[in-house]
Amino acid sequence: MRKVTIDPVTRLEGHGKIEIFLDEEGEVERAYFQVPDLRGFEKFCEGRPAEEMPRITQRICGGCSTAHHMASTKALDDLFKVEPTSAAKKIRELMCNAFIAEHHILHFFFLGGPDFIVGPEKPAGERNFMGVIAKAGKEVGGKVIEVRKRLRGVIEAIGGKAIHPVCGLPGGMSKPVTEEERKSFIRAAEYLVEFSVFVALDLWDNIVLKNKEYLDLITGDVYRHRTYYMGLVDDNNKVNFYDGHIRVVDPDGKEFARFKAQEYLDHIREHVEPWTYAKFSYLKNVGWKGFIDGEESGVFRVGPLARLNAADGMATPLAQEYYEKMYEVLGGKPAHNTLAFHWARLIELLYTSERMLELVGDPELTSPEVINIPTEIPLEGMGVVEAPGGTLFHHYETDERGSITGANLIAPVQNNSASICMSTDKAAKSLIHKGKVTDSTLNMIEMAIRAYDPCSA
Amino acid sequence: MTKPKVAFYSSASCGGCEEAVINLDEDLLKVMDAVDIILWPAFFDFKSKDIEALEDGEIAVSFVSGAVRLSEQEEMVKLLRQKSQLVVAFGSCAHLGGIPGLGNLFTRDAIFQRVYKEVPTVENPEGIIPQEQTSLDIGERTLPEFSDTVKTLDQVIPVDYYLPGCPPPPDLIMNAVNAIIEGELPEKGAVLAPDNPLCDTCPRAEERREGVSIQEIKRPHEIKLSPWKCFLEQGIICLGSVTRSGCGERCIKANMPCRGCMGPAKGTVDQGSKAISIIASVLGLEEEEGMTEQDVNKLLDGIVDPAGTFYRFSLPCSLLTRRTME
Repeated sequence: MRKVTIDPVTRLEGHGKIEIFLDEEGEVERAYFQVPDLRGFEKFCEGRPAEEMPRITQRICGGCSTAHHMASTKALDDLFKVEPTSAAKKIRELMCNAFIAEHHILHFFFLGGPDFIVGPEKPAGERNFMGVIAKAGKEVGGKVIEVRKRLRGVIEAIGGKAIHPVCGLPGGMSKPVTEEERKSFIRAAEYLVEFSVFVALDLWDNIVLKNKEYLDLITGDVYRHRTYYMGLVDDNNKVNFYDGHIRVVDPDGKEFARFKAQEYLDHIREHVEPWTYAKFSYLKNVGWKGFIDGEESGVFRVGPLARLNAADGMATPLAQEYYEKMYEVLGGKPAHNTLAFHWARLIELLYTSERMLELVGDPELTSPEVINIPTEIPLEGMGVVEAPGGTLFHHYETDERGSITGANLIAPVQNNSASICMSTDKAAKSLIHKGKVTDSTLNMIEMAIRAYDPCSA
Repeated sequence: MTKPKVAFYSSASCGGCEEAVINLDEDLLKVMDAVDIILWPAFFDFKSKDIEALEDGEIAVSFVSGAVRLSEQEEMVKLLRQKSQLVVAFGSCAHLGGIPGLGNLFTRDAIFQRVYKEVPTVENPEGIIPQEQTSLDIGERTLPEFSDTVKTLDQVIPVDYYLPGCPPPPDLIMNAVNAIIEGELPEKGAVLAPDNPLCDTCPRAEERREGVSIQEIKRPHEIKLSPWKCFLEQGIICLGSVTRSGCGERCIKANMPCRGCMGPAKGTVDQGSKAISIIASVLGLEEEEGMTEQDVNKLLDGIVDPAGTFYRFSLPCSLLTRRTME
């Protein structure tokens, strides 16, 4: 038996390895995606003061530290039974949106996007952000840098640092937003709207959708799985990154579950395999049936396309237009095309820009009332937000002093980890025949993983 | 002229250090013109085998982030050491052990037990935990060994320079990169950041009274935090007095206390024990004479988690290193 190894999987945050086993005829018997890394946050958070969790658990992933910070802060609201002030909620939602935008741009121009913008079959040395600048032009490159700088400016003004912000406290935020900051946020949001439409989605239209080869790749069977989908939705079942209900739809798009963060134990379970340090989330009420898709399998997906599938639409007008157009091209809802995660990501980017514009226009954003000091004794709390890669769960138990006695942290990568393995296996089986393996074939297998924007550690 | 070869690798880390490099923006593009990236898994498609193929010392500088926990990480940093003229420990985890270093408060088995068997969502009736070797129907699977102890980078390989911070601030990264490119480096072993403690550069220093005294330890969520008053004066534990400056006081400016990610200021060997001695010296100072032992204990009880507070980022490199193994 021949074995082909991809080590490490690249343009990926965290660590991953692929091993592909070929039979005598050179056909793929099975391809495995393994995570060779573990740090053990769920243990070493024990004994730490609960209020420090937003500054500790964010180190799970530097790429989505704001999301961990926010999920953790929301879990603290629940733990200390304190409602944040109205201004604090708006500042937090603004921060979540600025962060999702910043990260989605990072993913499209630096991580997953180069496969499309540069090309999946281009030499390894060109498939990166330098190749993107060479292909899309210096002007586009300059705008990518500028928009990310402005978005980081929003996060830094609110939370001190763009990577590992520090502002979240139970009941609110460590400091208010000044009027001067709000004005700069308005300029950032306006810049982002322009960028989303005229740079990001324009590139997608021109480079990807107008290229028949790419479109076939996106709509074809190599990168496709019929699964359940999960995402946070608001009261109108529209996508929301900061708050709402967790909604799950089945592979036909029918609502399967809709629940609050505090009910997550009724819906989610994790499976363990001996050959990887990653765990595999699945829907408790469907069950673990192995690495298979369909109604009978509890495997579900999270992240951009999953959020759009799980929602009834986008809460802002421009994003809604693009949302409808995407499903028209993909042949209806839900869409099961893994590579369409990239497309959904850019539609979400547009949504964040519109939502930011709404939030920064609200004069309450600069209210000095940004925190309610908790008075209750803590024992247990849960918090959920949408990270760029999907739904993120934090669950803490404490003693009466608020010292952590149990932490359960389910990151998007765990929720997608069964699908990521299935996507790797399916891509390898579809792309490798008669033992013919090239650099671009292997890259196209890695593309199945990159679409999810995982952070495997 | 051939450009100097540069590698960037991450061990047990969050990836924030690598994003901090991407966030150098225009400066990054200038650096990219001057160097040849030959490994940076998060952003470039070069593989481990590309490094194995290099001559010893062919890499001008390897930036390594992350603490070392898995055997694979240990092998990779040793390989990079062999192939590199300079190795820079990049960020708190490589420098001090960082947040993943808190894992040293527990054993490997306790971590496996919690992660794979105990958390409330795990359904694992057979009690499976990941194995270094698994035989399946198709092929044999291997996983790197999960070591019992988290190590700093210099506990595994010799390190030439340290770039502190979680993540390192952009100006310090650029200073380091420019110093390397221009060959104007300080003596080996240096931390590429200012020497003095954060209190010296803290924006709240001007308002600080002489002789801080803590009458009662407060936690950041228990009081309305003053936007200008020294955290210690508010009763909030802040590690600014023992922590190296150069971070841009980013946490303080967001109205939150320092947790020590830049590591000990020059001259301090053990950041945590120094912090404990400083906090102890200001506790109840004003009413010290009238205090009973009970009063002192009550005051000290206000510190919920001494190990995780004073050694937040530096446990593996501290005198404690880890919890004693039975």
